[in-house]
Amino acid sequence: MTAPSCADLRADVAAGRATAAETLSAAIRRAREVDTGADRLNVFVWRDDADARAQAEALADRLADTTPGPLLGVPVAVKDNIATLALPTTCGSRILEGYVSPYEATVARRLRDAGAVIVGKTNMDEFAMGSSTEHSAYGPTRNPVAPDRVPGGSSGGSAAAVAAGIVPLALGSETGGSVRQPAAFCGIVGVKPTYGRVSRYGLVAFASSLDQVGVFGRTVDDAARGLGVVAGHDPRDSTSAQIPVPDYTAAAGADVKGLVVGLPTEYFPASLDPAIRARCDAAIDRLRSLGATVKEVSLPHTSLAIPVYYIVAPAEASSNLARFDGVRYGLRLTGDGLRGMYDATRSGGFGPEVTRRILLGTYVLSAGYYDAYYRKAQQARTLIAGDFRRVFDSGVHVLFTPTAPSTAFPIGAISDPYEMYLSDIFTATANLAGVPAMSLPIGRVGGLPVGGQFLASHFDEPRMFAAAYALERALGGEAHA
Amino acid sequence: MTAAATAARDRWEMVVGLEVHVQLKTRTKAFCPCSAEYGAPPNANTCPVCLALPGALPVLNEHAVALATRAALALQCAVQPVSVFARKNYFYPDLPKGYQISQFDKPLALGGWVEIGRRAEGDPIRIGVTRVHMEEDAGKSVHDRFPGATAIDLNRSGVPLIEIVSEPDMRSAEQAGAYLRVLKQILEYIDVSDVNMEEGSLRVDANVSARRRGESALGTKTEVKNMNSFSGVERALEVEFARQVAVLEAGGTIEQQTMLWDGNAGEVRPARSKEGSHDYRYFPEPDLPPLILAADWIEQARHDLPELPAARRARFASEYHLGEYDVEVLTADAHVADYYESVARAHGEPKAAANWVMGEVLATLKSSGQDIARFRVRPADLAALLGLVRDGVVSHTAAKQIFSRMVATGDPPAQIAEREGLVKVDDDAQLAAWLDEVIAEHPDEAERLRNGEKKLQGVLIGAVMKKSKGRADPRKLTQLLSARLGS
Repeated sequence: MTAPSCADLRADVAAGRATAAETLSAAIRRAREVDTGADRLNVFVWRDDADARAQAEALADRLADTTPGPLLGVPVAVKDNIATLALPTTCGSRILEGYVSPYEATVARRLRDAGAVIVGKTNMDEFAMGSSTEHSAYGPTRNPVAPDRVPGGSSGGSAAAVAAGIVPLALGSETGGSVRQPAAFCGIVGVKPTYGRVSRYGLVAFASSLDQVGVFGRTVDDAARGLGVVAGHDPRDSTSAQIPVPDYTAAAGADVKGLVVGLPTEYFPASLDPAIRARCDAAIDRLRSLGATVKEVSLPHTSLAIPVYYIVAPAEASSNLARFDGVRYGLRLTGDGLRGMYDATRSGGFGPEVTRRILLGTYVLSAGYYDAYYRKAQQARTLIAGDFRRVFDSGVHVLFTPTAPSTAFPIGAISDPYEMYLSDIFTATANLAGVPAMSLPIGRVGGLPVGGQFLASHFDEPRMFAAAYALERALGGEAHA
Repeated sequence: MTAAATAARDRWEMVVGLEVHVQLKTRTKAFCPCSAEYGAPPNANTCPVCLALPGALPVLNEHAVALATRAALALQCAVQPVSVFARKNYFYPDLPKGYQISQFDKPLALGGWVEIGRRAEGDPIRIGVTRVHMEEDAGKSVHDRFPGATAIDLNRSGVPLIEIVSEPDMRSAEQAGAYLRVLKQILEYIDVSDVNMEEGSLRVDANVSARRRGESALGTKTEVKNMNSFSGVERALEVEFARQVAVLEAGGTIEQQTMLWDGNAGEVRPARSKEGSHDYRYFPEPDLPPLILAADWIEQARHDLPELPAARRARFASEYHLGEYDVEVLTADAHVADYYESVARAHGEPKAAANWVMGEVLATLKSSGQDIARFRVRPADLAALLGLVRDGVVSHTAAKQIFSRMVATGDPPAQIAEREGLVKVDDDAQLAAWLDEVIAEHPDEAERLRNGEKKLQGVLIGAVMKKSKGRADPRKLTQLLSARLGS
């Protein structure tokens, strides 16, 4: 795939060598190819090509502006759980079928203000609950690298949109790894920023204390530019930080001499697939040869992450998803009286994985169980966050780990929910601790992409990007071989 | 009540704790910029946040925090430096998020009290305030507007409330009523709420139990809801207490449940749904950071607290030398007290000002149903009128006429007196002329007065006053009459 980068597209449009309408047309052409061609990737759930074209044409006027936006003329894809004005926002769920938001998410507005054109809404595991994009009411998405395999999830549609060369940049969302894991599976870059770095206003909530909008790019630079546009304080989100947004592209050419890279032993267990370990080792050697100091560290509470995650996230989800009750919007199925309407609507509207998590969350918050589960999980979460603080306080700048314990698995291969939950084993910690993390391609195993993960301290995205830019540059073509 | 029933009743003691919800007087809602005003067309005051559209997030209204803090301080509570919002989860069509943002284990304020009177021995009766916490109101379900359907109005969804939870310190329905009246007065004084039970800006749920006199352990309580007046609360408590006593006397046990008061039937009956068995699955609201209040901010709020009713009563007694009754009447309402103070200060004679405010002003307000805030007679004008009386420019009778013209027109008193010819007449010639006419018209009475029947003096003077339309100076008139008829 030789699709142009954000920087190239923006430069071409700003210089008049191309128009936004042309860059959009290319994206639409490619989207049609992959969604209707032999592979039927099923990337987008909602597109309105005419409306997108109208938006692109309106951008021509922007050229007269003194400062063309940083994403002028760049086509982007947006996950279906981010509120957009023209297209439906359905979270891959039947319960929101036909729902069009009357307001726009802050991130969507920031993309458009920056000159980007939203091509469509991408497929996802229903309400972002899943790691394969198989649990969508609108069918599974296929991995562009290997169409018989999953693209990862829950932001699989956005990852596939970038990996298939439709767009250079896409928005996803993370609760436990839903950007990084599909980025790893599809061989692209995926960033989960620090909790509070990006506004959640308009991101349909799954687990509010973990959710964060993330970005996919074909390259580290695409992702850095995308994050720079959507990050920043939003008065409409009380959990968004009032911290200035640095220029994440500033570290593009920086070296990593003196950078201290920690390798948490818990992320390299004996059971780790040796082929994935080999790819990580090769990346670590590159970092070392670039002048970084590499040392082993320990995050002793890592094993608590999955159990803690699967208490906290469903608990918050059980409350966040209560609003889908058939009263005001979305699906309404009739039943016997009010109670019957609730039962019919929610039973008919939510798929099995969402139902499972609502039940799990309701259970752990129930009187008599709260202390044993939810309170305990919050205490364990504090321990996990403490692990990161101690390591970063000890002089370690970034951590490097594998992103996922496996490469993309075949569609339908994992039917046991708990086995599926283990896909998040190396990613959920960052969400629980609120620290930034990103995945970038570090090579392939059996033709399938492997992702390497950098994690940094709160709001230290610049150092994380510096490490990623350097590793990407050092790996060159090896990252995709 | 039969003698036996009375005796049974006397063996038991009523124990009451009250939960009072009060709507805060903010311009906008608790978590979004929508207007919090009452009475807009259905669903006019709504936005993505209070409609709970997917992806919307709450942002705390700082003014609501200020008002809640003021209320907590006025109730002598310790305002907490850190309090935490929590979600109270339950399904109901007028609760759009499926949860109410409230506070649970870390409320805004703890441990206050309200003084509701004094015991015979003189000790104050204090009712403990367990906690004051902030929360949002739900919308309204309208069942009687569309046949066979329930309509939802979400204008009220997200309006800020405080819940004031008392200790189970009240021992009678009268004490519960007194607590509510004092609470309402305090909240009015500090201007945090309209405290209007009919409009729903103040709502009361009562927890009531019965225990055998002399015992210290509390009995099983029931929660009584659906009262829409303070007297309704008192009646409901009496009825529910009698029901509990009857059950206990018969050897039964009280079931912990919610009872609904039916004011028309004068009955309580169990709520259909077992609200007491709800599991609200409280957990900290992840969309809002903990509410952190700096110590100096809390101190400033304490410093800025308006004078509370008890302090004002004490000051009225000492500063204006008013009797207990006058003080009670003048301080019952903060706006009336403000009005009185303005008149008293402008006029300089507190007792005269008190008589006028308690008399003419309150009577006029009551009979016309006006609010003192919109009363046309401003304090400065009333003080001016009192000045005209004191200075002998108008008679007391004329002053009352002038006052009623002031109520109707809002004009200043001197202007009315001039225009209506109500300035007192003390001109000897005019007074003598009126007197002559009256003596001529009442020869019989004049003769009897001349013969020493003193009480007829009043009749003749009254006739002159009437003829003069109240303008005659009564003192001078009396002198003239005495001189003329030797009375």
